[in-house]
Amino acid sequence: MDSRRFDLLLILPLAIFTLAFLVLPLARLTLEAGSGPQGIAGFFVIVTEARFRNSLIVTLILSIITTVATLAVATVAAQTLANRRFFGRGLLLSMLTFPLAFPGVVVGFLIILFGGRLGLVGSVTKSLTGTNVVFAYSLFGLFLGYLYFSVPRVLLTILAAAEKLDPSLVEAARSLGASPLAIQRDVVLPALFPAMYTGGALCFATAMGAFGTAFTLATTVDVIPMLIYTEFTLATNASMAAAISIALGFITWAALAIARSRAMRDVSGA
Amino acid sequence: MTHAATAPQRGSSISTRALTKTFNGNRVLQPTNLEIEAGQILVLLGPSGCGKTTLLRLIAGLETPDGPDMIRFDGDDVSGVPIEKRNVGMVFQSYALFPNMTVSENVAYGMKIRGMERSKRDAETRRLLALVGLEDYADRRITAVSGGQRQRTALARALAIKPRVLLLDEPLAALDAVLRERLRVEIGLLLREFGITAVYVTHDQAEAMAIGDRIAVMDRGRIAQIDVPRVIYHRPANDFVADFVGTMNRIDGRVSGGVLSLESDDTGAALAVGGPDRETVLCFRPESARLANGSAAVRARVVASTFFGPTQRVVAEVTPGRRLQLDLPSSLAFDPGQIVGFEIEREAIIEFQEA
Repeated sequence: MDSRRFDLLLILPLAIFTLAFLVLPLARLTLEAGSGPQGIAGFFVIVTEARFRNSLIVTLILSIITTVATLAVATVAAQTLANRRFFGRGLLLSMLTFPLAFPGVVVGFLIILFGGRLGLVGSVTKSLTGTNVVFAYSLFGLFLGYLYFSVPRVLLTILAAAEKLDPSLVEAARSLGASPLAIQRDVVLPALFPAMYTGGALCFATAMGAFGTAFTLATTVDVIPMLIYTEFTLATNASMAAAISIALGFITWAALAIARSRAMRDVSGA
Repeated sequence: MTHAATAPQRGSSISTRALTKTFNGNRVLQPTNLEIEAGQILVLLGPSGCGKTTLLRLIAGLETPDGPDMIRFDGDDVSGVPIEKRNVGMVFQSYALFPNMTVSENVAYGMKIRGMERSKRDAETRRLLALVGLEDYADRRITAVSGGQRQRTALARALAIKPRVLLLDEPLAALDAVLRERLRVEIGLLLREFGITAVYVTHDQAEAMAIGDRIAVMDRGRIAQIDVPRVIYHRPANDFVADFVGTMNRIDGRVSGGVLSLESDDTGAALAVGGPDRETVLCFRPESARLANGSAAVRARVVASTFFGPTQRVVAEVTPGRRLQLDLPSSLAFDPGQIVGFEIEREAIIEFQEA
């Protein structure tokens, strides 16, 4: 067997996987979407029809805010944890992976226990001020839920990069007179950027498509994954569900591509 | 490296008074008094863990001394001044160049932070890059230049802020041997041309000799000896310095009637050193041995020899087990088992009081 054929053999499992779980379903989905009453135009209902468009905007804003908040929390925490050794550090880091093990539905329940009608926050505020503060079923509840499962994975990604950062880079910048803010801007954040991008992209994509948490909490708000679910099961409009699915995938992909190209331009300092 | 016109910068004098540093109850720097004149280059030389890097970082302001008023620049107490305000140039072993900036952006960074006008900054960056011979690499990314070029970029970046003192922490340790040897000559010349006060940390004695106006040999948190390279090499203050700097031979024995005598079959030594009768250790450098015939002071049996070109390093035993290293002319062949006779000038013999 020559080496070329051997290479093909190595890539075969991935090729089969891609074909079976990406190309074929997407093709089927595309056909399904195009076979609806609106035909090709079905792909664009996500922007042409007000109900879908509003839902898309809500989902996008929620995902962007979640990503920004996650990155902010994770970047600060990663830098704090990176160069400090303290008792219980290993335990803390392993506990951070804990939320990763929860399915979205469980995260949803946790948010309800926290901010639901009989939740912790509600009981406390009721006894203090007399009003029962409930936010679990709002966009804010969704945001908290997304934050809960996004922060750990993004934090671990950025932490790995922060630990690899050469401390003499910061010392060199200090010797040149750079303030802590300038050091963040010119030295630390550029060095952490690839990890922040990877983590942020993961966070954004997850937030755009998260279903379990949304299913538990989104009783009053319509995020796109809920919309797909409703179209598919309640309205039994499979072609519409398929069209929205493809549009959601495409928009998520495009948003990540734009973010990547912009960010890469920024980091190269051109 | 080109020699663009450089206005001598001088820099500040540095003095430390009973400077100490304690980490977690462990005193890594014993009380240290140090005087470095403006424009001088002091090399801190020693094995790892001797405190040389701690001393450098204290001078830099990256570590805080144990007490107040322990470090002065030009007579001003800077002990409490943070590194951002201390105006020191630093060069690191890992280069510590900003990978997201080009060569010239790195050099200009300190001036940019200081708010220097763009046109002045660009002109100064060009001047510095020319000085370190990197004018053709100004727009290269850091990852696209060699290790030697990176270290010269780091040097230019440190000099760009017109520092009061320049501090170099093993700047050549990450380079390969050939490049290291070339760069240590270049850096030595450049530092003298700039006339800046510099403290240079290394564990490489050849580098220390080439660069330092003075060398401070450090051992277990204290300065074992501080002097010009010639004295450090030829008149080491103690055993540790003698051992750490260059190769040193030792002959231990009893001096009686002013002569240290050793006998073993056809080898032996009779070194006339004078003084009272005593147990002692006499030391000498390999290159102090002069071939001699007949009644040579020392006769030793050759064990092995290594050819270096101009000289050869001969390992010989004066008595079984007492090995000496001798640098002898390479024109003569010395075979194992052969007896070699040599003399050592009285001035070249070093005897430590406590030995």
